[in-house]
Amino acid sequence: VIGADFVGPSIDWFALTPLLVLLGGGLTLLVAAALTPAWPKRAYAWVTVAVALGAMVMTFINWDNLSDSKPRFLIGNELSWDAFSMFGTITILVAVALASMITDDYLRREGMEGPEVYGLYLMSAIGGIVMVMSNDLVVLFLGLETLSISLYVLAASHRKRIESQESGLKYFVLGGFSSAFFLYGVALIYGGTGSTNFNGIIATFDKVPVHRNDAIVLVGIALLLVGLSFKVSAAPFHVWTPDVYQGAPTPVTAFMASASKVAAFAAMLRVLVVALPQWKDDWQPVIWTIAVITLLVGSIAAVVQTNVKRMLAYSSVSHAGYILIGVEAAGHAGGSTGQGMPSAMLYLLLYSVLVCGTFAVVTLVSRTGDAATDLGSFRGLAKQKPLLALALTVFLLAQAGVPLTSGFTAKFGVIQAAVDEHSYALAVIAMVTAVISAYLYLRIMISVWMSDSETGDAEREAIRVPFSTGVAIALCAGFTLLVGFYPSWLIDASDKVIQVAHPVIGG
Amino acid sequence: MSASLLAAQELVGGRFPILTALILVPAIGALAVVLVSKRRPEFVKLLALLSSIFTGAISVWMLASFKTGEAGFQFTSKHEWINAWGISWHLGVDGISLFLVVLTAVLFPLAILAADPHHDEKPYLAWLLLLEAGVLGSFLSLDLFLFFVFFEIVLVPMYFLIGGWGYDKRVYAATKFFLYTMFGSAFMLVGIIATVYIAKAHVGHITFDLIELADKGGFAASTSRWLFFAFAVAFAVKVPLFPLHTWLPDAHTQSPTAGSVVLAGVMLKLGTYGFLRFGIYLFPQAARHSRAVFLTLAVIGILYGAIAAAMQKDLKRVVAYSSVAHLGFIVLGTFAFTSQSVSGGVLQMINHGVSTGALFILVGWIYERRHTREIKALKGLQKVAPVFAAAFTIVMLSSIGVPGLNGFVGEFLILIGSFLTARWWTVVAASGVILAALYLLWAYQRVFHGEPDEDNATFPELRWKEGAVLLPFIAAIVFVGVYPKPLLDRIEPSVKALITHGGYTDRGSVIVNAEEQP
Repeated sequence: VIGADFVGPSIDWFALTPLLVLLGGGLTLLVAAALTPAWPKRAYAWVTVAVALGAMVMTFINWDNLSDSKPRFLIGNELSWDAFSMFGTITILVAVALASMITDDYLRREGMEGPEVYGLYLMSAIGGIVMVMSNDLVVLFLGLETLSISLYVLAASHRKRIESQESGLKYFVLGGFSSAFFLYGVALIYGGTGSTNFNGIIATFDKVPVHRNDAIVLVGIALLLVGLSFKVSAAPFHVWTPDVYQGAPTPVTAFMASASKVAAFAAMLRVLVVALPQWKDDWQPVIWTIAVITLLVGSIAAVVQTNVKRMLAYSSVSHAGYILIGVEAAGHAGGSTGQGMPSAMLYLLLYSVLVCGTFAVVTLVSRTGDAATDLGSFRGLAKQKPLLALALTVFLLAQAGVPLTSGFTAKFGVIQAAVDEHSYALAVIAMVTAVISAYLYLRIMISVWMSDSETGDAEREAIRVPFSTGVAIALCAGFTLLVGFYPSWLIDASDKVIQVAHPVIGG
Repeated sequence: MSASLLAAQELVGGRFPILTALILVPAIGALAVVLVSKRRPEFVKLLALLSSIFTGAISVWMLASFKTGEAGFQFTSKHEWINAWGISWHLGVDGISLFLVVLTAVLFPLAILAADPHHDEKPYLAWLLLLEAGVLGSFLSLDLFLFFVFFEIVLVPMYFLIGGWGYDKRVYAATKFFLYTMFGSAFMLVGIIATVYIAKAHVGHITFDLIELADKGGFAASTSRWLFFAFAVAFAVKVPLFPLHTWLPDAHTQSPTAGSVVLAGVMLKLGTYGFLRFGIYLFPQAARHSRAVFLTLAVIGILYGAIAAAMQKDLKRVVAYSSVAHLGFIVLGTFAFTSQSVSGGVLQMINHGVSTGALFILVGWIYERRHTREIKALKGLQKVAPVFAAAFTIVMLSSIGVPGLNGFVGEFLILIGSFLTARWWTVVAASGVILAALYLLWAYQRVFHGEPDEDNATFPELRWKEGAVLLPFIAAIVFVGVYPKPLLDRIEPSVKALITHGGYTDRGSVIVNAEEQP
């Protein structure tokens, strides 16, 4: 019998508990909800939040175990168990919890209450976490697909809105395209190095100092970069972002801008810094160029938009540019030392919270139908809901990078990482584009604070702040300010992410 | 938050954290103002006034306990803030910042008293108090990161003050102001981080501490030029120096009165102060190297500001452009690098704050009475409001720099000090003194002289309350004009120390003190 002598790898089940909790929770939620009558108000959402928190607790326990034992590999070197994965996992779980809270009231307002969206959040979170933990290009691809397929469905989940369908389809077609690029890249790298496992890729280079199949590997890296750049919406692979962000249900947009970005960037750091450090002289200039293009496109294109969701989509492109600065800096240091990886991961966490908060406010302002997202819909928000307007202002100022907010801490981190590696030009370009994007956030604030309501505004539906979303916004705003005033604890935690399970080469 | 914890720690240590209190009192005041219940609107103004007056009182107490003749930083307090990045809450005050702090703390309650917002008093006062905390923090910070935080954070309240309570083109002006200043800060942030990381090799660890960096930084000449440039862009926008000044007339003109007073009175000084405290202190050789550029820009600013001021139709714009000219003098004095010229520059920062602050208040009152600031629409106010006109005259003469009033002392020191090291620039700059007389007197003549027409015949006289607000300004104008010694005695040691630190040969010997000391 074929496979009779096959011995499965030993599995450290406890190290996998965050994934198992999510998987168990997600499946239970879907099955139980299908078999029982409609659950009471808010139950689906808060069960999801509880599952995410449960997984988070398990991650923290694992993080604690990390101080006793060294980082290691799981399931036959396919996943890595290190601070980097755990930091990424926590970020994704935070995004899941926040997005679920925002989704709760949204679904009821749109008359779509049900467990499916939450199940999909949990499933795509699993995909994201697998990407973060992956130690093999094939496993990474599996995670990528799990994440993406859930997201395609989520983007199209507002069945009554044609824009949502359009967004889902666009995302699906383009996402499938980018996955194909990625997969071809995997194949070429396998061809060049004889392995898809990161350890194998690293070992190949050590064994064969004169890399014979360099061209194949380089093309492979380029294709991998295309696939990952698409996911993080880095220019010039960002074109889908405004359309999909605008059309998708607003809470889903929040989830996409946070969880999916975290997973893709963590995967990018894994692939480039951990698996391919020997080729850093080749990929680093590419990252530099992509970062600059992304920063410029994200900030300049945002200025001419009139729809807030599109503005925020472009702003998320420009934030991707900032995170790429961290990736670029990590490239200099080869991941072993330096601020690149920690600053990029810290940025991702802080940005995730920020963007969830921002989109939570947008969700409320978009009113029933999820369509009122043009700048005009924000007119007079300060008069109507001063606290909501204040929270939005905090988020926007933080996105602009004003001090005493988490956004400044994030920006400061990546700029510091870049300057430490003498990437002065990149740092200056980034700061100048920050000024351009500040104009975008100011425009929203002008609408909120300085424009009076116009005729016809009185007939608009009043903005309500429901419980779950209110909690999410309050948490995000509190976190944004707390980290702005007192970031030490998070910086210390993020500094640990450089302890990856791999033999890091380079530097 | 963490700051209040720090304050508590210091209290336990037995020393009153006077500088931390200066920042915290207005910040807490802002919070208190926000939290006042909607049903008790009368408490809003009271609370705002109390916290700002209390801040003013603390600053006067600080002034009284300041040890004259010492050059170093006093009342310092230092606490760890963000350890991982070597950032600390480090405050201190010396002769250069002392009077700027006092000016700020005293100017704010007066600005609050001088003008009422026409709507939404609560957020207006909260923003003003936050602004005060931010400005004070900028003047007191001895940590590069902390300074940047305060330097940036002041943009937010100012943006909302201009945008929310300004005049017709307020949103345009507020946005322009925000983006211009942020553009400058963008370079400074990279500069600050680069300074810290480049200095790491000499200092041995990452620190944002100004004193440590200045003492042990050991920057190579070419490096320090780039770093100085990065700082200089931010400060040049803030001052504003000639080609970067275009945000100023808009921001000043569109801003509500209190905003203009604060903007001209203290916020512009963040630029000139920044040059002294950070640019020149950290990179003295680089500052010297690029001296010609700044002297030239300063002189262009003096002449351009004066000519532009003379051409304005709007009274507030006249005052706004006069700021460009006055700040030019301060930059001239700063980059002449003699103890006289620099001391004169520091003194002139205070003088300009007092006289331009008062001018903006007076123009604000004219607008309140007449609902226009068009020079053409105003006429013969002297006939109907002689006391108002007298007050305006004194303040205006101080701005022109007439002997016996404060402006003269500052300008004279700058010119005499600069003449030794920057002769031809000084010669050209001196003509600015004449131009100042030209544009201000001409504006005065058009507004106050002549027979009042129908619209102006009912121009109300100065009220008691208004007189009470103006009195401190006029007292300061006359006092400094007649007896500047107490100020100079406190300013000069620190200025001299800065010049010695920079390794400059101080060609401007200390005439002011030498004459008075046996």
